[in-house]
Parts: sequence; C-alpha cells; structure tokens
Amino acid sequence: MEFFADYFRELYEATGWNFVIFYEQYEYDRFLEGMWVSIKLIFASLLFSLVVGFVGAWAQGAKSRIVRYGISGYIQLFRNTPPFVQILFFYFVLGNLTPSYDAGGYQVAYIESFGWAVISLGFFAGAFNVEIFRSGIEAVPESTVEAAEALGYTRLKSYIYIIFPLAFRVCLPALNNNLVNLLKTTTLAYGIAVPEMMYTANQIWSDNVNVSEMMIVLFVFYVGLVAILVYGMHKWEKKMKIPGYG
Amino acid sequence: MTINSASHANNKTQTDLPVLLPIARQSQQSAMIERREGTYRLNMQPRHIAWALVLFALACGAAQAAAQPEMLGPMQALFKWMEFILWGPEGELTGFALNLVISFFAMMLGTVAGAALGLMQVSLLLPVRQGSWVVTQFFRNSPWLVLLFTIMLLVPFEIDLGFVVIPVPDWIKAVIGFSLPVMANISEVVRGAVISLPSGQWESAESLAFTRRQTMWMIILPQCFKRMIPPWINWYCILAMATPLCSIMGVEESVTFTAQALNAEGDRPELIPVFYSFLLVIHFIYTYPIARWSIQLEKKFTVKT
Repeated sequence: MEFFADYFRELYEATGWNFVIFYEQYEYDRFLEGMWVSIKLIFASLLFSLVVGFVGAWAQGAKSRIVRYGISGYIQLFRNTPPFVQILFFYFVLGNLTPSYDAGGYQVAYIESFGWAVISLGFFAGAFNVEIFRSGIEAVPESTVEAAEALGYTRLKSYIYIIFPLAFRVCLPALNNNLVNLLKTTTLAYGIAVPEMMYTANQIWSDNVNVSEMMIVLFVFYVGLVAILVYGMHKWEKKMKIPGYG
Repeated sequence: MTINSASHANNKTQTDLPVLLPIARQSQQSAMIERREGTYRLNMQPRHIAWALVLFALACGAAQAAAQPEMLGPMQALFKWMEFILWGPEGELTGFALNLVISFFAMMLGTVAGAALGLMQVSLLLPVRQGSWVVTQFFRNSPWLVLLFTIMLLVPFEIDLGFVVIPVPDWIKAVIGFSLPVMANISEVVRGAVISLPSGQWESAESLAFTRRQTMWMIILPQCFKRMIPPWINWYCILAMATPLCSIMGVEESVTFTAQALNAEGDRPELIPVFYSFLLVIHFIYTYPIARWSIQLEKKFTVKT
C-alpha cells in the first residue's frame, strides 16, 4: 500500500499528473466515501426498480380497470419526460410536501436527497422494467398458466411461483440493457447534491485542481461498473438457465 | 385467468408444447436491437395526453386555491414567467429554445462523427475495426453527465489561434459534450444496419465486379439508410430529453431559467409544483410527436423489407 502511494506521489512530482486520491489519506477517505455512496445508490435504485417492475407487471394483469389505467399512465409519464427533471420534481416538489422533524433548531426531512434519488431513479427505471417483465409474462405458454390453475394456484401464487420465474429468464437480456442504463443515470443524483462519486470527484478537483485526473478516475469507475454489471448478469443468466426453457 | 391471451395467440412461434425456447431466442434478439437503437419507444395514445393535461390543470387549480390572496397566484406567476422559460429575455436564444438548439447541433455533430465511426467499425483493417470498437464502447458505456462534465471543464473558454481568438461559449461546449454519446450510439446503429443486410448483397456485388468502396456507397449504404432513420429519430428523442442536464453547468436553458424564475418569486412552495410540471409538459409536448413519427416510419419500413 505504501509503495502504491509512493508511486503516485512520484508520478505527480515527475509528470504533474496529480492522482491525489491515491497518496493523501484525507482525499483517499473522501474518494472511498463517494464510491460507497455511489454503489449504495446504484444497488438501492436497481433493487427498487426491480420491485416496481415486479409489482407493476402483476398489477397490469389485474381485473380492475382503474389499476390497469393507473399503471399505464405511470409508465407513459415516466418514459416520456426527462429523468433529470423527474429527479428535481421529486426532490423539490414532493420533498417539500413530506413531513420533517425538528433536529434542534432546524428542520430535517425524513427522506433526504439520497432517498429521493433512489425513489425517482427507481420509478424511472421501474417504468421500463414493468414493460420488460410484461413482455416476458406474455411469453409464458398459456398451457403452463392453465396447468397452474388446475393445480389450485391463485392468481398471485401462480404469478410468484410459476409465471414470474419463467418470465424473468426470458426477459433477462432486455433487463440487462435497462439496468446498464439505470447505472449510468444514477449520476443525475448529482443535481440534488447526493454525495456520490460524481459529486465527490467535483469536490476533490475543486480542492486540488486536478480535473483531468479525476475525470479519468470517473471514467474508469463507471465503465468498470458497467462491465461488472454486464458480466454478472451474463453469468447469472447462464446459471439460471433451465434446459428446454431458453 | 389468462394473462394477455390475445397477444399471446398472435405470436407466430407458438407451439402446442409448453416451451419458451423460440420466444426466449426472439426476446434475446430484440433486446440486442433495443440496446442498439435506444429503448425510447412511445406507445401513447392521444387520450393519455388529454388525461395528463387534465391532471396538470387540476394541480394548477389546487395550487391556485391554496395560494394566499394577497400574493401573485401560481397561474399568474407561471404566465408571467412563461416566455422567459420558453425563450429567455428579448433578443437572446436561451431557455427552452436553447435546449432545442443544443439538441439540433449535438445531433448533427454526433451523426457525422458517428457515421464515420460506424463505417470504421465495418472496416476490413483489423486495427481500425478494433480501435473504433473500443472508442464506441467507451463512449456508449460512460454516463452522459460525466462526458458532459469532461468537455465543460477541459475545453478552454476561448481558443487562441495566434491571429484570431475564437470564444467557446458554454452552450457550444454542451453541444460537444452531448454529441459524444450520440456519436457512439449512432456508430452502433450504422454498424448494426450494415451487418443486418444479407451477405448475398455483398456477394452479388462482388460477382458484378464492384469494388468494395463501390459496393459500400452504391449498394449497401442506400439500403441501410432507410433502416437507420427510425433509430436515428429515437436517439434524437433521447438526446432532446437529456439536454436539461447542462443546467448543472449553468447553461442558460429551461431548467436554469425555471429555477431563476422561482427564485425571483421568493421560492414559494405553492409555485414549485406548477413550474416543474410546466417543464415536464413542454418537454413532453416537444418529444411526443417526434417519437410517434418514428414509430410510424418504422412500421412503414418493416412492411417493405
């Protein structure tokens, strides 16, 4: 570790390339903190968007007309407006309306910028996930659904145990695309001051005037994360494969 | 009990056996195409828009009713600032108009660069092919915001050529920043369109003694052109919806001006929903017809091929 730090210090002295995050403890801690927030943000919004997709796809097959219209309205609204404006809308409009508590003289909202980023990004990607899952559900053979019905499964039970597991495997490639997209979109949380990677990098280059070096770090970070996500999804896809079911 | 049985029956690959195999393969393929062409698919009906406008009007009405009588109501405030948000102060091209200008120029720049990069991706020379592949993947998989920041901060505010100093205003930098991801995605669209043509086209051209360049310009590209238009429009929609991002860097476009207008009105909480909904609505009104048009074109072209 010491060798690593020395290398980057020498690099700075020799070439002027200032990768300050690798040899100064304070900046290193700040960098790790930003990275951690970013990974948490990505993970939380991925998970939230999957839950939204799961529930939404189920509700789209509901008997009630109002529920179905509600879901399709939600999908249309979130697909056709800029995600950045959505985040601002959630944070400034809904953030103003939600309750806050008194923390010794000033008001602190129950849901802070991180929470709003997760919610808005989750709903944004969730709108796409609902459609992706729905296309998977449509691919499940009708006879399979009927067989489940014959075995006495309720609508919800057959959705959870039979339809969704099959549909999920079918729509994994499309889901993959959307999750990569979501990963890239999480940088927009910068706009509402979530202290994630982008935001931290901005702080670091403001203090150390090393914009190009931090940009390289940012690119490596995000392209690397995308690569890991794609690789993981491919592995998962292979692992979940059922013979004869695609 | 059946879920979407009607649409399922339409599926041509349906067999009597409860097997997902053909559909799974199909969905894998369509996912690949979707990744290449962008996932922007609008299937909204005019009644959806009517509902959205009704909701917007109701929200505005509610905000209006909640406002204190001695202050300017939300609707009056919005009306007062509407022109400012749409095209900025007199004589300037800012506000929402600047969003459109940025999207036009970024698309032009991105298309030219992307077409070149895409053709490099189908080159016969291995280093050219691999190099352009790496560039494409890099710009395609980086977040737009990071690319935008890079250009905004690393391109100087003026370029001194010795005899003339060319100023580079913020919005030009934004154009360059947005054109990079567009370039990479258009490159994939071009490559996809070229390789999607049946190889018989290449072979028959060869047998007619066309050179490779002639085959490309006179046989392959004219056929690709039609296929590339719908995804191209698709990427334009995605780009147009991404332009508010440059407000982070203080480019004077619609989101920046909305925030300024709200500030000037004292950041009253009842105004905020109305102003931000207005932003959502204008972006929607702009992209919706374009996206519908792209769907129509796509339908038209798929029938013929």
